[in-house]
Amino acid sequence: MAGKSSYTKRTDGRKFDELRPIDAKIGVIPEADGSAMYKSGNTIAIAAVFGPRTLHPQHMQNPQKGVLRINYDMMSFSVPDRKKPGPNRRSQEISKVTEWALSQCVDLSEFPNTVVDVFITIPQADAGTRVAGINAAVMALAHAGVPMKEMAAAVAVGKMDKTIVVDVCKEEEDYEEGEGATDIPVCYLSRSKKLALLQLDGKIGVDELKEALEMGKIACEKINEIQVKTLKGETK
Amino acid sequence: MNITRTMTERKIVVPGETIIQGEEFLPGDGTRREKEDIVASKYGLADISDKLVRVIPLSGVYSPRRGNSVIGQIIDIKFNGWLVDFNGPTTGFLPVSEYPRYIEQDELQDALNFGDLILAKVNNIKASSVDLSIRLRGFGKLDEGIIMKVNPNKVPRVIGKEGSMVSLIKELTGCNITVGQNGLVWIKGQSIDAELKARKIIEYICENSFIDGLTEKVKSFAETLK
Repeated sequence: MAGKSSYTKRTDGRKFDELRPIDAKIGVIPEADGSAMYKSGNTIAIAAVFGPRTLHPQHMQNPQKGVLRINYDMMSFSVPDRKKPGPNRRSQEISKVTEWALSQCVDLSEFPNTVVDVFITIPQADAGTRVAGINAAVMALAHAGVPMKEMAAAVAVGKMDKTIVVDVCKEEEDYEEGEGATDIPVCYLSRSKKLALLQLDGKIGVDELKEALEMGKIACEKINEIQVKTLKGETK
Repeated sequence: MNITRTMTERKIVVPGETIIQGEEFLPGDGTRREKEDIVASKYGLADISDKLVRVIPLSGVYSPRRGNSVIGQIIDIKFNGWLVDFNGPTTGFLPVSEYPRYIEQDELQDALNFGDLILAKVNNIKASSVDLSIRLRGFGKLDEGIIMKVNPNKVPRVIGKEGSMVSLIKELTGCNITVGQNGLVWIKGQSIDAELKARKIIEYICENSFIDGLTEKVKSFAETLK
């Protein structure tokens, strides 16, 4: 790292590469074909999967393979200032990027003209909601018995001034000293170790980005371990 | 098949997990080959019998197979047949030619109308629809009794080994029970009480499907219902 960083200690006392305490569960919504809850610190994401089922309107159907449709939504009480209910620019963008990331791991070639609907709900937000949503959605998709090439795990890597940290919380996201805060959500596939999602909000150098991706990869492996344990029923 | 041996070998696998290595193994349902490895493509129980490796799904929607008997509902009438919803990924189609007797073009709704429930056999599976038939004996419209929904992956438990569980429920309640492979169960008995009792027993089986010695448990559970 070039120069000294003003961010020497994390606000919640974690190590720079330490994740927040994670809690995960499957089958939280009995009505859905598959569902999962993923909790990272104070961020909670719930995902429900329906389908494969016939897609309407018909013109949206793909006769070659099934369609994956993601719907991301934050509850109005999930943030300190009430969020107006319903879709907005931000939630639409997150739905779309999640869809692109997860279409890397699901394989719907067996189900033409159908749709797999994933509903991601955030009842409580403390930064990193899109990655929590992805982690929950992956578990829910597996739980729904949807054919998948592999699993995926996501984490938000951040850069506070010149320090790179893993799994940022809201307080860190708002860090303003020095170079300020940069938010980099990444999603890695479990088997091929390919990058499925990479977004960047802020400023970062090439070497720092490489370091951030490497840290993200290790964190994703840790998250994937928890996902697998949850699906296998080995937790608690 | 030696059940006890495979039971101990089965373990839960997640998508992307290597089940077993070796050129000699064959990838079956829910698995694929990646060089040496047999990799799971689905979440479920890995089953290795002889050289065939497959994943038995624990959850998810029903995926139709040829020869399955399913219970479905008429949702649309076309000029040459009926569209049937059977809780699968696509709708089923029942052509007039697969109806047990001859029907005039404009008399389709007299034979089977919107909302009618039928027990049908899966004849053929195409990309966008499933062909059904009710020509065989025992298939056709369901008139009386009650319908209940169970998890399609638990259907083998409800049926039991060679139908042992179904015959046990029949014996305990005196109801006639038909289990559709798609997770719909048709119960027809002498009285509503008997039908409700059968439904409670089936619900009990689904909740406790992983317990050893389920048959005995079901028997004692049926005693408590009296």
